[in-house]
Amino acid sequence: MSEDTTTRGGDPRRWLSRAVTLPYVWLLLFFLAPFLIILKISFAEPIVAQPPFTPLLEWGERGFEGLRTTFENYAFLFQDGYYGIIYLASLKMAAIGTLLCLLLGYPMAYFIARQPSRRRQVLLLAVILPFWISFLLRVYAWIGLLNNRGVINNVLMSLGVIDEPLTMLYNDFAVYIGIVYSYLPFMILPLYANLERLDVDLLDAAADLGAKRWQAFLDVTLPLSMPGIVGGCLLVFIPAVGEFTIPALLGGADTLMIGRVLWDEFFVSRDWPVASAVSIVLVLLLVAPIMWFQHVQSREQEAGR
Amino acid sequence: MRRRPLGLLTIVAFGYAFLYVPILSVVIYSFNDSRLVTLWGGFSLRWYAHLLADDELLEAAFLSLRIAAVSATVATSLGALVALALHRLTRLRGRLLLSGMITAPLVMPEIITGLSLLFLFISMAEWIGWPATRGATTITIAHITFSMAYVVVVVRSRLAGMDESLEEAAMDLGGRPLTVFFDITVPMLLPALVSGWLLAFTLSLDDLVISSFVSGPGATTLPMLIFAKVRLGVTPDINAIATIIIALVIAGVVTAALLSGRRERATVR
Amino acid sequence: MNRIGNGGSKNAEPAARPATGPREPAGVPLVQIQDLTKRFDGVTAVDCVSLDILRGELFAILGSSGCGKTTLLRLLAGFEQPTSGTILIDGVDMTQVPPYERPVNLMFQSYALFPHMTVAQNVAYGLKKERLPAARIKERVAEMLALVKLEALAARKPDKLSGGEKQRVALARALIKRPKLLLLDEPLAALDKKLREHTQFELANLQYQLGTTFVVVTHDQDEAMTLASRIAVMEQGRIAQVGTPGEVYEFPANRFVADFVGDINLIDGRVAGAGAGRLSLRCETLGAELTALSDEAVANDTAICVAVRPEKITISRQPPDATDRNVLKGVVLDLGYFGDQSLYRVRLPSGAVLQVISQNLRRSASLTVEWDDEVYLSWDVASTILLRE
Repeated sequence: MSEDTTTRGGDPRRWLSRAVTLPYVWLLLFFLAPFLIILKISFAEPIVAQPPFTPLLEWGERGFEGLRTTFENYAFLFQDGYYGIIYLASLKMAAIGTLLCLLLGYPMAYFIARQPSRRRQVLLLAVILPFWISFLLRVYAWIGLLNNRGVINNVLMSLGVIDEPLTMLYNDFAVYIGIVYSYLPFMILPLYANLERLDVDLLDAAADLGAKRWQAFLDVTLPLSMPGIVGGCLLVFIPAVGEFTIPALLGGADTLMIGRVLWDEFFVSRDWPVASAVSIVLVLLLVAPIMWFQHVQSREQEAGR
Repeated sequence: MRRRPLGLLTIVAFGYAFLYVPILSVVIYSFNDSRLVTLWGGFSLRWYAHLLADDELLEAAFLSLRIAAVSATVATSLGALVALALHRLTRLRGRLLLSGMITAPLVMPEIITGLSLLFLFISMAEWIGWPATRGATTITIAHITFSMAYVVVVVRSRLAGMDESLEEAAMDLGGRPLTVFFDITVPMLLPALVSGWLLAFTLSLDDLVISSFVSGPGATTLPMLIFAKVRLGVTPDINAIATIIIALVIAGVVTAALLSGRRERATVR
Repeated sequence: MNRIGNGGSKNAEPAARPATGPREPAGVPLVQIQDLTKRFDGVTAVDCVSLDILRGELFAILGSSGCGKTTLLRLLAGFEQPTSGTILIDGVDMTQVPPYERPVNLMFQSYALFPHMTVAQNVAYGLKKERLPAARIKERVAEMLALVKLEALAARKPDKLSGGEKQRVALARALIKRPKLLLLDEPLAALDKKLREHTQFELANLQYQLGTTFVVVTHDQDEAMTLASRIAVMEQGRIAQVGTPGEVYEFPANRFVADFVGDINLIDGRVAGAGAGRLSLRCETLGAELTALSDEAVANDTAICVAVRPEKITISRQPPDATDRNVLKGVVLDLGYFGDQSLYRVRLPSGAVLQVISQNLRRSASLTVEWDDEVYLSWDVASTILLRE
């Protein structure tokens, strides 16, 4: 009698299912558990102690006395319109950044997918290469370029195009550039993977039936590349919402992004419970997109088989 | 569709320029004798000399490299297991949870990952006494956790293109499961394992946010150091570091491309 | 063998036609499958199958996709564990034995050649796992490569081989271990027509030379009939019939086998009378009575399926001699000329259509029988097949 009727080749599968408990436990411990802890802390009160928050369980002389939670932190978040504004601003910046990234990334992915095989490899490599170079350093590179006395302004002024330097740094504009720059490979790769699978015969069929080039694009290519578009956009949007490095280096004092606020709340104000509450709300905001992403991801995996 | 639309070509050219101009500018200015970006003071290697004398920087660089190497190796091993499990074991218990936990880090904002891990380490220190101090170990653990997700993506896409009957054939010919794993599965997965390792290595080397949260006194990684300096403005020795890293990456990529090209030509003969 | 669609494409004489039947006269069959059942998630892929495979024979398992033949093969190879039942190989219970310990080797449909190893390394793999000394391995590999005529390709990698070459490597790799049983999963499916015919004979010759017991799984009846000394026809997890190609073709055990193997005319009928080793059958759909030979007496009015193979029916413009023959009259509805033979579809007054195949024995450019001709169909009563459902 066999126990698991779906195993093919018995032994190795059983070994694998046992071996995989190691990474499983690792993830439970180092990925899932931390979330539960943040959740717990978001219900605590800040105190001057090490660590600077009240413990969850009250232990008195007689043992367990009850839970000590407070919704103060969440109330604080929602009372003060400040946080609401920041969340919305972050969502907005991430959305616009994603859109810009898509507008630049789609044509590039489309172009690369249509190249003959050898050239495709090189072009794709050229897109991925910057990614291997430090993210931090590349964002930093823009400081030198966008500066009032930076390269771009210098060039434009010496060409006589402008008289006064353009303020391109330490504002929202710079952050958008930063987002598009850093996340472009993440947009291009899923788009490319999808577009590469596109059957050129379909476009020929559309042309044969009377569609002009741009019509064939709208009717055939665009709808079929939807999963790639959604995947790419989510891959950019979700992390961009919580971005810290880009607004920290390129943004201005009034560039509101939740990632920066979180950092300041934590390192500067040392208000851990509020920082936790801010995180939890951010995660909740992102849960739906994350699940959507996972759904698209698994579907693309199946399609790629 | 033979004519290539000029508009498309322009956008693509702009895209590539957009990607490479900042890199180029950093490289050029790393040789600038003047401290200011605005002025070209002449060709000079002084910033490179400056780097070599900077002990703090060198130490941070070595720390980052050590952490990256360990993290990449562990992340690749664990990630490969997860990828194999998700691909082969359709009836795995807790499959949905595993799948979710391995996809979420791809998109989770680093701020949250960093913060949550810090709290975990603090709580653990409270409950079981470990980790007593945060530093290289906690950073490595954090890096392994999020790198794993990327390794899984790379390995899974390779597995999807692999023929399963190969392993069955090996077993049929007398190979025991463990032998088959090393004779057949690993060699076939090797390209994916290597790219996964390189990916995890790069991500670890480059990480700023998470390291900042989970690090401790005495453990400053290279990105953390660079960030601290950069906050104060453009410093030319950062340009030098950047150029070195760029050179290494390009060398690495070109070597890899040449090697795989040569292997292909060999089999044709 | 007259087969529709194959007309005229027969090769020159099949060289060295292998002996049919077992090579050893007596003894325990090499493989004994007893009441083997395999269930997957509520679907029964193999349903209480019992089968004996004799030493040295070339056995075929024939069936359409989904009938369970591949599952049966995998059970024999050891890649699946049966839900119940046993498999005995050479008298030893192998049911729980893993694939790497069975004296069985499988040639995969996709060949499953290791892409990162050369042809020689692929072929040597099984022997390496047996821990033979390197010199011995080298010897045997050279021997085997010579046998399948691949010596020139020893250092090549699989991606540089043609389909036929890949198959020979897969075969060599499996046979070098001198297994007691070689399983072949749709061996000819991936080959083009010319190659398929050539390979059919090569396989049969190889089997005869080596004396290894082969079990071929296929959905192609031509393949099964040409290669095998015995065939098992499978349907929905069960064995419908086991027999020589001749037995399966001329004496099908049931309606399914009759219909599956080759073409056939199937007619519903009822027993109208019996006597002297014959049965009279009333066939409403034909509007006629047919005679068949039968040893057993069957009660009147029993429903029986009557069948006759198209090539057993003679078609003529003149009324034929009716002694010991069934005769029917009809009109030619359709006609297909294949050169060596012609296919006719004849409509009877009752509306039923019978299929007839006739060899074109007389050399003539014009047709002897044409559309809308009135013709007589006749066949020997011995050619009438009686089938239970």
